[in-house]
Amino acid sequence: MITGGNARIRSEKVMEFLMLLCSMVSVVTTVGIILVLSVDTVRFFGEVSFIDFVTDTQWTPLFEDKHFGILSLLSGTLLTTCIAILLAVPVGVSIAVYLNEYASPKFTSIAKPILEVLAAVPTVVYGFFALQFVTPLLQRFIPGLAGFNALSPGLVMGVMIIPYITSLSEDALRAVPKSLREASYGLGANRFQTAFSVLVPAANSGIIVSIILAVSRALGETMIVAIAAGQEPKLTFNPLESVETITTYIVQVSMGDVPQDSLEYRTIFAAGMALFVLTFLLNNISFWIRKKYQRRYE
Amino acid sequence: MEADYGEYKLKARNLNLFYGSKQALKNVSIDIAANTVTAFIGPSGCGKSTFLRCFNRMNDLIPNVTITGEVMIDDIDIYKNSIDVYAYRKKIGMVFQKPNPFPKTIFENVAFGLRINGENSKAILGDTVEKALKQAALWDEVKDSLHQSAMALSGGQQQRLCIARAIAVKPSVLLMDEPASALDPISTAKIEELIFQLKKDFTIVIVTHNMQQAARISNKTAFFYLGELIEYDSTDKIFTNPSENATQNYITGRFG
Amino acid sequence: MNRYSITPALKDRLFKIFAIGCTGFALLTLLVLIIDILIKGLGRINWAFFTNLPSRHPEASGIYTALAGMVSLLFFTLLIALPIGILSGIYLEEYGRKNRVAKFIEVNISNLAGVPSVIYGILGLQLFVRLAGLGNSILAGAFTLALLIMPIIIVSTREAIKAVPHSMREAAFGLGATKWQTVVRVVLPAAFGGILTGIILSVSRAIGETAPLIVVGALAYVPFIPEGPMDQFTSLPIQIFNWTSRPQQGFIDNAAAGIIVLLLFTLLLNGIAIALRNRWYKKTSL
Repeated sequence: MITGGNARIRSEKVMEFLMLLCSMVSVVTTVGIILVLSVDTVRFFGEVSFIDFVTDTQWTPLFEDKHFGILSLLSGTLLTTCIAILLAVPVGVSIAVYLNEYASPKFTSIAKPILEVLAAVPTVVYGFFALQFVTPLLQRFIPGLAGFNALSPGLVMGVMIIPYITSLSEDALRAVPKSLREASYGLGANRFQTAFSVLVPAANSGIIVSIILAVSRALGETMIVAIAAGQEPKLTFNPLESVETITTYIVQVSMGDVPQDSLEYRTIFAAGMALFVLTFLLNNISFWIRKKYQRRYE
Repeated sequence: MEADYGEYKLKARNLNLFYGSKQALKNVSIDIAANTVTAFIGPSGCGKSTFLRCFNRMNDLIPNVTITGEVMIDDIDIYKNSIDVYAYRKKIGMVFQKPNPFPKTIFENVAFGLRINGENSKAILGDTVEKALKQAALWDEVKDSLHQSAMALSGGQQQRLCIARAIAVKPSVLLMDEPASALDPISTAKIEELIFQLKKDFTIVIVTHNMQQAARISNKTAFFYLGELIEYDSTDKIFTNPSENATQNYITGRFG
Repeated sequence: MNRYSITPALKDRLFKIFAIGCTGFALLTLLVLIIDILIKGLGRINWAFFTNLPSRHPEASGIYTALAGMVSLLFFTLLIALPIGILSGIYLEEYGRKNRVAKFIEVNISNLAGVPSVIYGILGLQLFVRLAGLGNSILAGAFTLALLIMPIIIVSTREAIKAVPHSMREAAFGLGATKWQTVVRVVLPAAFGGILTGIILSVSRAIGETAPLIVVGALAYVPFIPEGPMDQFTSLPIQIFNWTSRPQQGFIDNAAAGIIVLLLFTLLLNGIAIALRNRWYKKTSL
């Protein structure tokens, strides 16, 4: 009775080790991603100079006259993302402030499900919507709008990321101590003043984190832009023209007949690496901000 | 009233406990006889709950805890590493301050301790559960709803369920950490009566804030203050004519 | 006070109107999207649509193979992702609280959750399609998707386990249960609802994924039902994507119809997950 459980303890240690191994899968995944991208990116840069990659204004790996400048894909990615953020941030933060400070329970019970549904819609559906509804609609008001353009998917992406910004901003606002709100109201401020002069500044790290994560999400979005933005890489900041993003390019090449292990094939990895580095940096900056400012009010 | 076999059921010798660098128990020694009720009293933070938890090594669950000294049950030091602590916890039952039944049926709650020992026979389980619930004075109230959720019971019933759950594995010692402090007066009275009945079969140590409770149900009382055992004597003596000034001050309400 | 200055009270009212307008905008967009899809696609929904294979003629095209592919894909994805994800979640929440390896794994998972899905596709392409020799098969797609949804499963398992009150673990330990017994007999049953919610949410996410599957080689024109895990496959979002890219109006209608089916699945799953989450929260509150 006193020393009987050794076999049981041993088998439990085995289980614990097994679970640890399972957890390591995530580490292996990260290592895998970095390795897979790096190996072929290095091979790519064996044939294409890094300077060309970052300065050439054309991206034509699949044509006769090959150029490997990432700038045009990057501009497509950034343009669509900017449009999305310009829509989503004011709308998302405003909704978050409203839900936090003004809204009645009835309003919240309607608004929250809407946002949840918006977040749940598959991106291919948004892409269809952008191409088949939003673009024709916009074309009625903007005569110069091309069939494939950056504006339409940008706006739709913006709608898609509103829930990201709203939910994280709302959490940040809710975490602000009640004492600050009470102090503000006690001094006679109204809701708008309390919200924007006291609460939002107090929650700004959380709101900024939500924006950074939303940007990262928009940068990595594929289907909406693949369907509605076009497949012509172009260095432009005109939202009315067609553009190609990094993500669309990767999908485009994957669907094609590019022979494996060719330079053209390796462009997927170089482009993918550029995207990964961008989103990785953004994500980790947001983690760092969250960690640094988390304990401010504790 | 004294131990049947002239030995002490529970003993502690020079027990020191540290949370990191902060010392919570200072050189505590005690002898507790079998089939008695011993009350630990003292102001908040004096270490009485911490000391109680030493007897079933529940303090192992807290990180950064260091313990020196000896704690003995039936003359075996339970802090010697070769001990199977899980087996020991089965010999020692614990009832916590806030009732914490599992979100399972009443039956499954009481049967839990048996099941983890590999006992799955319906007959034995049914029998043991009934006995435990009767001992805990809960049987009549729940015998027709054994397979309903334990969470539907009232606070007092839940606590008696937790007692039944603890005694179902037939421990010889029952440690109770302020078992009635979260309950209403009527439930408290029921629990106190229960403890009095259980004394025949178990050695009971009860931590309590309520001095009247200690006076009502315990044979001996130990007074703790700032991590030290100040005085330990028969309950009558502690409450009518304590030897130490600190004890006197606490009893009369001068502090704590 | 100057009647034409923007008083604080006015700002308050204007903002209120603006915020309600924003919410209305979100609602409106959602409604317009749904109505537009319904208008374009409802006409194509009939029994034939579900049972037809894809074809060059829009009217004869259906989502049969896409649905079959989706189901097989889901099956294998869950088979791979659930055990690893749930066990990881248990480990990180119950066993790994103190050590540094666990912290490192946590950071990894947070990062993985933010990696664009198309990058998972590239990983799957090199690792599963090429290196492991699985080719453009369901298995390759399943492994890729499994990696993609694993962070969701791990995080929701952890949240569910974290919500189990510590007093319950104490009670079990007090009765002499070992760590593993406590986890299996007390913590997991109590956390079950939350874990199930996470599973459903990850399924909902998996069925909508398109980009990583394209990169891994899911085809758009698959005129056969996959028979085994090594077969080539397509899935519903890919079929929709393919139809959307065609100019003929007939295919646009098909795409809309396919979207209706996909949305139904997605919203149904999410609805179940939310209902479960609400019920479960009531159950474990003491």
